[in-house]
Amino acid sequence: MKLKKLSAVAATATLALTLAACGSSGGATPTATSSEPAAGGSSEPAAGAFEAGTTMAKLANAGKIRVGTKFDQPGFGLKGLGDTPEGFDVEIAKIIAKGLGIGPDGIEYTEAPSKLREQLITDGKVDIVAATYTINDKRKELIGFAGPYYEAGQDLMVKKDNDTIKGPDDLKAAGSKVCSVTGSTPAETIKKYTDNIILFDVYSKCADALRTGQVDVVTTDNVILLGLVADSKDAFKLVGNPFTKEPYGIGYAKGDTKFCQFIDDTLKKASEDGDYEKAWTSTAGKFSPKVPKLPTLAPCA
Amino acid sequence: MSSVLYDEPGPRARRVTLYASVVAAVLVAVLLFLVYRRLDQNGQFSSARWSPLLNPGDADFSAVWRLLGGGIRSTLTAAVLSIVASLVVGTVLASLRLLAGRVSRLPVIGLIELLRGLPVLIMIYLVSRVLPEYGLDLANPLWYLVIGLTLYNSVVIAEIIRAGVASLPRGQGEAALAIGMSPSQSLRLVQLPQAFRVMLPSLISQLVVVLKDTSLGFIILYGETVRTANLIIQETKNPIQMYLVIGALFVLTNYALSRFAQYVERRLSRSSSAEVIDEPVTAMAGD
Amino acid sequence: MGVLIDNFALYRDGFLVSLRICLYAMVGSLLLGTLIASFRVSPVPPLRAFGAAWVTVFRNCPLTIVLFFFAFGIPEVGINASFFTFGVTGLVFYTSAFVCEAVRSGINAVPTGQAEAYRSIGLTFGQGMRFIVLPQALRTVVPPLGSVIIAMFKNSAIVGAVGVGGDLFSVGESLSSAQGNPVLPVLLGVALGYLAITLPSAAGLAVVERRVAIAR
Repeated sequence: MKLKKLSAVAATATLALTLAACGSSGGATPTATSSEPAAGGSSEPAAGAFEAGTTMAKLANAGKIRVGTKFDQPGFGLKGLGDTPEGFDVEIAKIIAKGLGIGPDGIEYTEAPSKLREQLITDGKVDIVAATYTINDKRKELIGFAGPYYEAGQDLMVKKDNDTIKGPDDLKAAGSKVCSVTGSTPAETIKKYTDNIILFDVYSKCADALRTGQVDVVTTDNVILLGLVADSKDAFKLVGNPFTKEPYGIGYAKGDTKFCQFIDDTLKKASEDGDYEKAWTSTAGKFSPKVPKLPTLAPCA
Repeated sequence: MSSVLYDEPGPRARRVTLYASVVAAVLVAVLLFLVYRRLDQNGQFSSARWSPLLNPGDADFSAVWRLLGGGIRSTLTAAVLSIVASLVVGTVLASLRLLAGRVSRLPVIGLIELLRGLPVLIMIYLVSRVLPEYGLDLANPLWYLVIGLTLYNSVVIAEIIRAGVASLPRGQGEAALAIGMSPSQSLRLVQLPQAFRVMLPSLISQLVVVLKDTSLGFIILYGETVRTANLIIQETKNPIQMYLVIGALFVLTNYALSRFAQYVERRLSRSSSAEVIDEPVTAMAGD
Repeated sequence: MGVLIDNFALYRDGFLVSLRICLYAMVGSLLLGTLIASFRVSPVPPLRAFGAAWVTVFRNCPLTIVLFFFAFGIPEVGINASFFTFGVTGLVFYTSAFVCEAVRSGINAVPTGQAEAYRSIGLTFGQGMRFIVLPQALRTVVPPLGSVIIAMFKNSAIVGAVGVGGDLFSVGESLSSAQGNPVLPVLLGVALGYLAITLPSAAGLAVVERRVAIAR
């Protein structure tokens, strides 16, 4: 009787560990490769065009690139109901892949939640990270940044008739309830201005809460807010100006200067031949039509 | 058949009960109708909201259920891992408490009482925020969820085991000592195996609790059922329908498990000599 | 530890919000739970069925889903209220199922012979309830009911996580951030806040149990 119980427990434990090993979501589970056509029409370099031994040559030869991106950020990396994520970050990743001669089918997407982005690179689980990844010095100690490819800014969204809030400094005085998303950088930043914060796990809940009047302000990256405003059928508006500057960069393994140079060159080419613009208008541009200019690229360390 | 509250109904009582039944049935029907009408007025019965969940022909159906399937699998994974770990840790805690001397028992009891006083959510959140600071940065939030759930449930299970061992006939422990076993041997070889049989219904009830608690994983962004549902609702915009569907899934599963626990309890009380632990009400009192 | 002292006002306010949630939910779930229990033990079949369905649903559905349903599903049909109201309502509905079962177990624990005895000496239903049945039922009810209420106090943390804001859990969330606050003290402060509600309640329950216990 006892042996049967023990083996039942052991069998359950093995089953559980197997389930955990192959099935659990969140973290570093790769998903199916993309099946969307690439944007733009510039020519693809041949695999042999790269210096032997560089990351570019390795990736081009393998015909595959592993990209870490967000799955829950509207406009930048949102998986929704599809097989692969869609958004501006995803399009930038596709541009880089194209520069290596890898088509959209050769991209393997992994979810890169904010806290794990450095780890994914240092553990070698992805080749690049394009996941609303703000460049800062602390992160530069662990990984390298190419770009920036976009400059975001955090902003506030309120109901159309709200005139009390003009900027983050008004929040505390007005006693406003602020909503943001768990684990996001804007959620961390807004804590500097107020304590009256409500966090949800998805953006739509913040929008719903604003609509029903449960919260007074929603804060996150301004482009995502524009998407929510567009969805709201004119009930919301953005206030003031973005009060942070968040340069988004492409994360790569520290020290790989040649790879960084390649990414920077690819980005510059894309902004010149229209691929960058196409990447924007097909994704985040749907709610923010003004196409941003590629920011001045930082030198590769 | 009389009961504590009312005697065997006579003809007048039967008539009154009949009238009351009719009135009650009508009231319930009216209530349901009002709910139905309110839902209908707000378009909650439209196919746009229901078909991604229920209509195989809908374009989104397979995507929705594929994602939900992943979420359900994550829920089950977390639940099974947690319950197994809780069993192991709970047995250790209970053994410590049963075998330790009077003084060394106190820290264990103190720990148990402390962990029982904290909400599971706080334990999970604490684990997920504090462990990374001390170097244990786990890629998959699954492990924080499992550690948090284990901390909480192992304590409950330790108490169930203690009650189980205490309910055994004293003769068992005494006989074991009489033939020369040490107290820990007696516990390990004689008392715990019998206690487990007796505790089985309570353990199954605790599995129900664990299954429900895995839904707290959404706080740490673990992709279990509730979080997956939230992500899907962003696209399909049908919260009422989605929550009804996953709520129904949970209710059905947990109800089946509870019935199974009752069945096991009935079979055990027919065959075993020890009393079956009457923990079900309090065990399920936890969220 | 300095962070606890610096933000004491925040913790105190969060504690009070959590306490309010607990108290409102306790009153509400005791009332509603007893009502559902009365449905379940009544001789009227439709009420019994309603009560049984209620208990089955709310005992087996995770509190998280109940709360999300109230907070985000109900507004879809035009009923708007604060997250606090929705949260407390959800918690009340959820806990009422457990209260109902605890109360029912109390009533069922009274031997039928007691009822037959009081009927045979001529007491009315009301007198029998007041002097014979309820005192005995209450003694059995106290332990499980007490643990249900303490479990509900702990569940108030989940209410905080689903949008209420300003309760102990939200305080913990907003303080444990990149502001440079060391995480462990912040969350230990939150834990202490909850223990300040649950430990005295558990101690109080133990006292009540001892005074009310019958030697069986």
